[in-house]
Amino acid sequence: MNGEPEVHEEFEARLKAYEGRPAAATGVGRDPVNEPMIRHWCEAMGDTNPAYTGPNAIAPPTMLQAWTMAGLSRRPERTAAYDELLGLLDESGHHAVVATDCEQEYLRPLRPGDEITFDSVIESVSERKTTKLGPGYFVTTRTDIRAGGELAGTHRFRILKYAPARRPKDPKDRKDPKDPKNRKDPKDRKAPEERRPRPVVNRDNAGFWEGVARHELLIQRCTGCGTLRFPWLPGCNSCGSLEWDTVEASGEGTVYSYVVMHHPPFPTFAPPYAVGLIELAEGVRIISNVVGVPYDKVRIGMPVRLEFRRYDEELVLPVFQGVTR
Amino acid sequence: MSLRGRDGLGGRAAITGIGATEFSKDSGRSELRLAVEAVHAALADAGLTPADVDGMVTFTMDTSPEITVAQAAGIGELSFFSRIHYGGGAACATVQQAALAIATGVADVVVCYRAFNERSGRRFGSGVRHREPSAEGAALGWALPFGLLTPASWVAMAAQRYLHTYGLTPEAFGHVAVVDRKYAATNPAAYFHGRPITLADHAASRWIAEPLRLLDCCQETDGGQALVVTSVERARDLPHPPAVIAAAAQGAGRAQEQMTSFYRDDLTGLPETAVVARQLWRTSGLAPADIDVGILYDHFTPFVLMQLEEFGFCAPGEAPDFVAKERLPLNTHGGQLGEAYLHGMNGVAEAVRQIRGTAVNPVPGAERVLVTAGTGVPTSGLVLTADPQGRTRSTTGPPLHL
Ligand SMILES: [Zn+2]
Repeated sequence: MNGEPEVHEEFEARLKAYEGRPAAATGVGRDPVNEPMIRHWCEAMGDTNPAYTGPNAIAPPTMLQAWTMAGLSRRPERTAAYDELLGLLDESGHHAVVATDCEQEYLRPLRPGDEITFDSVIESVSERKTTKLGPGYFVTTRTDIRAGGELAGTHRFRILKYAPARRPKDPKDRKDPKDPKNRKDPKDRKAPEERRPRPVVNRDNAGFWEGVARHELLIQRCTGCGTLRFPWLPGCNSCGSLEWDTVEASGEGTVYSYVVMHHPPFPTFAPPYAVGLIELAEGVRIISNVVGVPYDKVRIGMPVRLEFRRYDEELVLPVFQGVTR
Repeated sequence: MSLRGRDGLGGRAAITGIGATEFSKDSGRSELRLAVEAVHAALADAGLTPADVDGMVTFTMDTSPEITVAQAAGIGELSFFSRIHYGGGAACATVQQAALAIATGVADVVVCYRAFNERSGRRFGSGVRHREPSAEGAALGWALPFGLLTPASWVAMAAQRYLHTYGLTPEAFGHVAVVDRKYAATNPAAYFHGRPITLADHAASRWIAEPLRLLDCCQETDGGQALVVTSVERARDLPHPPAVIAAAAQGAGRAQEQMTSFYRDDLTGLPETAVVARQLWRTSGLAPADIDVGILYDHFTPFVLMQLEEFGFCAPGEAPDFVAKERLPLNTHGGQLGEAYLHGMNGVAEAVRQIRGTAVNPVPGAERVLVTAGTGVPTSGLVLTADPQGRTRSTTGPPLHL
């Protein structure tokens, strides 16, 4: 891992240099916006919106890209800059490509008779991202579509250029399975649909999951009024303050309530199993699993102690060891 | 101005505070946080505090729900929350909603908001999914990795605490199922027509999410239900006697979540239902003893018990006994457990039939019906009553339109 970031930085700077450069030659719409194409589109889409017919008809906004299409006989012309960028990514091992999404913005309606021009730029190249497919870079191109020279809409198209994730088949990756420290939990090998649902991580709660990764269970504390809070939110329900820090949970708690899950079965979880609502010694509650206790022995008031368990390559969860008396 | 003439809204409300975050290409923080900051700024501008706010309006497809912005902004109970659909066309309508609420006394201080990372949001995050997970998704995300995956399990977490607190067993929930199925059995429109159950059937049904059994959980239904609403005056000229909306209310509790409100108070009640109940009793001038029929939302039996307690029909912990003794005709169509699960809309129809006297299981002389909506989520309720003028007429002679 060490040393790698510098290499990335230099490489990424080279990629970033392509931002703002044209991705495709400036083009002119093959046909002006016209009623027959609108009609065909609406019929194909089953769209009966009255706005798209009659004397004051507008074109369906989602047709935006259709007005720039070159038809079957021609291919859109990539610029040298775009070819170079993709080439750089190919050479660095990111030779696989997948289209991830596109999005459109509509600034003004297009009407029959509008003459279309468009140009396309490389809008952004992301930092190196880790994805399920493998590490890679998102490349976004933006096409500005103009009618009579006035910006009418934009069409963004995003691809991921990535190095396909390797399965650990190399002999050097293979470890002695008899060595207990190399014995992987069979749960680690599960197909994605058999894995536990992932935590939903966003900017407001990322700190919690970073703590979990360090085997710390962090509770937010309002620095305005001192109230501890869980779940994580950007502000305090007691005083409204947005200022907060964290305290690390001692790990002691009790079962405040629990459910024994029986039905329906999910691939990851083998019913029956218990899910607990744990009240931490600090006074906040968290949903978790009670482990080390049979599902039918979990009780309200049972003391529990925090531990961290790995469920697969990516997932570590804070769980609670039941303390039976 | 309405289409047909002057409305009563003009001159009744004003915008008194404005506030915003900076406008940028990359805010560097969540949409929820932006919403909270904007709300604070507007309140400060107005010289008000979060404690003054009792209404919130936003757009649909906004990732920051009213209840979550309230939760993070220090705002407490809400008596009004609304989202307007149709994208940017909603902007002025949020203010109109607020004015309507204020002009009618439904809320005193309403905050309208909209906040997003339109520019940077789509690039944030890792992997092929670009979108920053919404606050709604994040709220559920605290439960899913641990296998708490279903609505039944979310209800069961509170139900377990209810049983523990009042020293009851899961059989306490069976009374609700038995009553619902009793009425469904004599309702030809009900899915479970002709199929009553006993407490023993309930106790023998399999666990779904302990302490909930199969017969505590409502069925799933394909179907539809519509309702027509008009003025009382107009309704008097139509074929059926009106079911007058004597009171209508929304409610969200403090630190409300959608089905996963595990982190507040003692889990043995439904604080959002209490907010609705207070308003319905106050506006209608009625009390629990005045109600002839209760149509209480029953996707899961435990929340019927908690609703009875929150509305004051009985004391906390006494609802199982209250239902067992059938102190109040309850879900006379068979409820959602017995008739159909149409997210409460079929219950409103049943209330209307009781007031008209056309229900299949009529409650003689029913004139005042309580109807409730989904529980464990921000909720609402109605008190429907017979037309007072219709009653006056019926004492002097037969009503004209029955
Ligand atoms: Zn605070």
